[in-house]
Amino acid sequence: MFRIVKKRILNTQVKLMEIEAPFIAKKAEPGQFIILRASENGERIPLTIADFDRDKGTVTIVFQEVGNTTKALGKLNEGDMILDFVGPLGTASHFDNVKKTAIIGGGLGTAISYPQAKKLYGMGVEVHSITGFRNKELIILEEELKAVSNKLIVATDDGSNGVKGFVTDILKNLIEEGNKYDLVIAIGPIPMMKAVCNLTKVLGIKTIVSMNPVMIDGTGMCGGCRLTVGGKVKFACIDGPDFDGHEVDFDEAMRRQNMYKDEEKISQKEHKCNLGV
Amino acid sequence: MANMSLNKVKIPEQDPNIRNKNFLEVALGYTKEMAIEEAQRCLNCKHRPCVSGCPVNVKIPDFIRLVAEGKFEEAYEKIRETNSLPAICGRVCPQENQCEKLCVRGKNGEPVGIGRLERFAADWYMQNIKAKTNNTVKNGRKVAVIGSGPSGLSCAGDLAKLGYDVTIFEAFHVPGGVLMYGIPEFRLPKALVQDEIQTVKDLGVKIETNMVIGKVLSLDEIIELGYEAIFIGSGAGLPSFMGIPGETLNGVYSANEFLTRINLMKAYLFPNCDTPVKVGKNVAVVGGGNVAMDAARSARRLGADNVYIVYRRTEAEMPARKEELHHAKEEGIIFKLLANPTQIFGTDAGWVRGMECIEMELGEPDATGRRKPVVKAGSEFVIDVDTVIIAIGQTPNPLIKNATPGLDTTKWGGIIVKEETGETSKKGVYAGGDAVTGAATVILAMGAGKKAAITIDEYLKNK
Ligand SMILES: Cc1cc2nc3c(=O)[nH]c(=O)nc-3n(C[C@H](O)[C@H](O)[C@H](O)COP(=O)(O)OP(=O)(O)OC[C@H]3O[C@@H](n4cnc5c(N)ncnc54)[C@H](O)[C@@H]3O)c2cc1C
Ligand SMILES: Cc1cc2nc3c(=O)[nH]c(=O)nc-3n(C[C@H](O)[C@H](O)[C@H](O)COP(=O)(O)OP(=O)(O)OC[C@H]3O[C@@H](n4cnc5c(N)ncnc54)[C@H](O)[C@@H]3O)c2cc1C
Ligand code: SF4
Ligand code: SF4
Ligand code: FES
Repeated sequence: MFRIVKKRILNTQVKLMEIEAPFIAKKAEPGQFIILRASENGERIPLTIADFDRDKGTVTIVFQEVGNTTKALGKLNEGDMILDFVGPLGTASHFDNVKKTAIIGGGLGTAISYPQAKKLYGMGVEVHSITGFRNKELIILEEELKAVSNKLIVATDDGSNGVKGFVTDILKNLIEEGNKYDLVIAIGPIPMMKAVCNLTKVLGIKTIVSMNPVMIDGTGMCGGCRLTVGGKVKFACIDGPDFDGHEVDFDEAMRRQNMYKDEEKISQKEHKCNLGV
Repeated sequence: MANMSLNKVKIPEQDPNIRNKNFLEVALGYTKEMAIEEAQRCLNCKHRPCVSGCPVNVKIPDFIRLVAEGKFEEAYEKIRETNSLPAICGRVCPQENQCEKLCVRGKNGEPVGIGRLERFAADWYMQNIKAKTNNTVKNGRKVAVIGSGPSGLSCAGDLAKLGYDVTIFEAFHVPGGVLMYGIPEFRLPKALVQDEIQTVKDLGVKIETNMVIGKVLSLDEIIELGYEAIFIGSGAGLPSFMGIPGETLNGVYSANEFLTRINLMKAYLFPNCDTPVKVGKNVAVVGGGNVAMDAARSARRLGADNVYIVYRRTEAEMPARKEELHHAKEEGIIFKLLANPTQIFGTDAGWVRGMECIEMELGEPDATGRRKPVVKAGSEFVIDVDTVIIAIGQTPNPLIKNATPGLDTTKWGGIIVKEETGETSKKGVYAGGDAVTGAATVILAMGAGKKAAITIDEYLKNK
């Protein structure tokens, strides 16, 4: 069992938790994730390692409440225990010869991109962070990102915080203003990552995306997380979750992510918590 | 006086048309009376041919005599001397190729029901006897075991009996390996697997779940933690795909994923359990082994009208246990033999709508001695299915290998060991089971775990 040592509410749907998991904290690297199970009959769900503290032995997760497991998790409080917590899974992000990067986080994707920004900034890379949210109320991790970015632009679809527009437009403007990025990292909903990749492909800028397919084991054992990347089948949990965005078949990924849409609805409607089976 | 009946005492089973709609165990097990009657068929042969057919050399005539005498507890203990998981082996061993194959009663009529008797003794013990305190003297030396499948459990159990302080590191949230995530409830009830694992824990073995070795700890880090030897029993969990068009369509599963959702995550209880599984009306399962039979029979139980087994050779070459093949037929599984998939068709929205296959015929025998299937040109046909489950085999997961410099493996990923000892190329590290052989059987994995336990003991005594 894994103790929740800190809980913070970031917005109405997103929560942050710091979990005591010393073995994982010791090995975690940006780009990796954990899988957790919140209750005996619950699903195994993957969440990115948003931060880690090797000395304290803790791992931070940031999650959006979308279904049974994330909602159940959101109800837990400091001092409570998470049943199962396994990691660090996935391949850590690798950055070579990067001087200047634009890191784009869409919505919750901001939390997934944060550890990458932190790492690159720590390596002395010039980091421009662009985050996009639907409106001002949904903005998360602004202070954290500011601390690890040379430039931070927070946009909202409706302009409720000042900067209006989509992250792709902002990236385009920055490039047109003369910023020369040798790496773009785009993390968020699939349509956003696809749009960014369409733009950067034309401009010839290497782009890394983080893929979030449905997973079970997270160790390469089920093949459920498979994606087509560069015409080859890859397992997101071991070969990724980071991939070269110009090679990913986003349409297929989107389709596969919707495989259990109907069941997710049934599950939320008929869910009986702690039902002994 | 021995019971000279030519046939085994029948084992009560659920009716096929009832059981193909539930996940309860198919075979219900012998009563005491049935067990004694069947045990009396054993001739207690002097030369004990059956014993040499068992990879862990269960003292078969001895335990069977004890069953015949009604001494069930002693019978169980006799089996446990060499086999730490009898309730499991009695259910899933391919007895027809092992112990029962060599039974003299099989020369004229059916062999003695060794598996059924083993299962009976184990079930009786677990129902009637409370865990016994274990009074082995501990030697204080630590050994780590990676993986809690049959190979890891038997290695750990044997080392604990010798006094070692054994910890098993398991990647999943529950121990058991394929016994939990692969073999379905209706063939091997999960509560029983956990009871049997408890008997291994009662020997003093610790099990740390949620530990993916190679990620959270490397082998060298395990040694730094004070473990003096390591046994790798990480199984063959990497699913093979066919590499044909359409394999990433929605509705195409690896058997591993399909069975893991159902068994480990209990998708058959959805929505009372959160993990779903999609089973359409018409399901094709590709393959002819135990895994394919389990996937097909599970799909049937989850409501599929037509479940096809698509296999490229004939029934005679199928590697599945004969009993399970027979059960699958009884439950209405349709066999499409001498057929091989060539592509999977999808709807515009990306869901499976059919699978194209090509007919095969048997040609010359290949390296394994089985006649090799060859394509009949121009014989393509399409079966109308909405789910495809691929059960064409698994290979060892490369995770540990990739994280462990100096651990030699074969081209297909099997850990290379010295056959007699289980030693790997890395000092103090041993391996066995499916991680070495590729997908095989429970009892062979257990045999490998036992053998490694003996070598590890010798290694540590001389260290
Ligand atoms: C590598 C990886 C990292 C992730 N990191 C984060 C993170 O840091 N924060 C965060 O909030 N979310 C993250 N996700 C997504 C998160 O796993 C899902 O939101 C979660 O599984 C939903 O579970 P649920 O039971 O609450 O909802 P469900 O009712 O199961 O589903 C609701 C929604 O979540 C999606 N979903 C369901 N199961 C999965 C699954 N196993 N994997 C991915 N998506 C799924 C569905 O498509 C659906 O839209 C990540 C996913 C992956 C694969
Ligand atoms: C569906 C199915 C049906 C079968 N039916 C039969 C049958 O009827 N009869 C029969 O004899 N055999 C059967 N088999 C085969 C049999 O189950 C296997 O040969 C046997 O389980 C192998 O045992 P093992 O201990 O080597 O590995 P496994 O049982 O595969 O166990 C390996 C364990 O190691 C864990 N692990 C893997 N990697 C790591 C890691 N990096 N760190 C920590 N832990 C790790 C896994 O999670 C797993 O728990 C069947 C197999 C399947 C899949
Ligand atoms: S362990 Fe398997 S092979 Fe050995 S006696 Fe029991 S059923 Fe037969
Ligand atoms: S060979 Fe058959 S009859 Fe002879 S001892 Fe073994 S089980 Fe009994
Ligand atoms: S989650 Fe099972 S293989 Fe990736």
